[in-house]
Amino acid sequence: MTPGVTRVKVSELIEKAGFGAVTLPDAEREIKGAYAGDLLSWVMGRAKADDAWITIMSNINVVAVASLADVACVVLAEDVELDAEIKKTALEKGINIISSGKPIYETALEIGRYL
Amino acid sequence: MSDALNFHFDVDGENFTSAGHASVKVKKILRELGLDPETIRKVSIAMYEGEINMVIHAGGGEADVSVDDKGVTIVLKDSGPGIADIEKAMEEGFSTAQENIRSLGFGAGMGLPNMKRYSDEMNIESEVGKGTTITMKVYF
Repeated sequence: MTPGVTRVKVSELIEKAGFGAVTLPDAEREIKGAYAGDLLSWVMGRAKADDAWITIMSNINVVAVASLADVACVVLAEDVELDAEIKKTALEKGINIISSGKPIYETALEIGRYL
Repeated sequence: MSDALNFHFDVDGENFTSAGHASVKVKKILRELGLDPETIRKVSIAMYEGEINMVIHAGGGEADVSVDDKGVTIVLKDSGPGIADIEKAMEEGFSTAQENIRSLGFGAGMGLPNMKRYSDEMNIESEVGKGTTITMKVYF
């Protein structure tokens, strides 16, 4: 483990932060950081691999961006809901999606407690 | 890998929700080839941004990806409107995308800058009214 880097598994984050599980095909994946943003190209330019990506975007492109940017999980803030079809695609592509009832800022603070 | 492996994809310009199809396939192929995760990430993001651009601006196009012992080459070719001012288009934040595209989270003026950021070499050939060909290389 790199010094100064704390890692938490997606499954552990859900339990500790009281987040909800939307799709969890890879629950044991480790989160190494976090990034918040809704502009998809911005996220691809700035988010790092293994980040937890906090967003309120809920269209199908979120799954593609999460997959290509290789984030550890998507965190949907404000209990944003996903269509069944998008959930299906996320499961197929191995994308973890979890949900938080709080706004982006509070969600980020909560995640920050465990990183 | 002495011989290059070549992959060809048609990028559908009609269906925005399936944009990224070719990039996701390429990512899977590169994983199966056992490339390192950072190279895969760079190729995937650079290609996805290019694919999205082709769908938003050019009504689709073609993508060719080749892998040899030095790295990955991505060639994206379209017959769209072309880029009038490439220097301007390369600026972060400059966008000509419509409002409906922005509401989906794209059109932030980060596409071309991201393609440059994640590729080791990028070349743009574009003629207004004829189309655009972008070549990107990511070295191992």
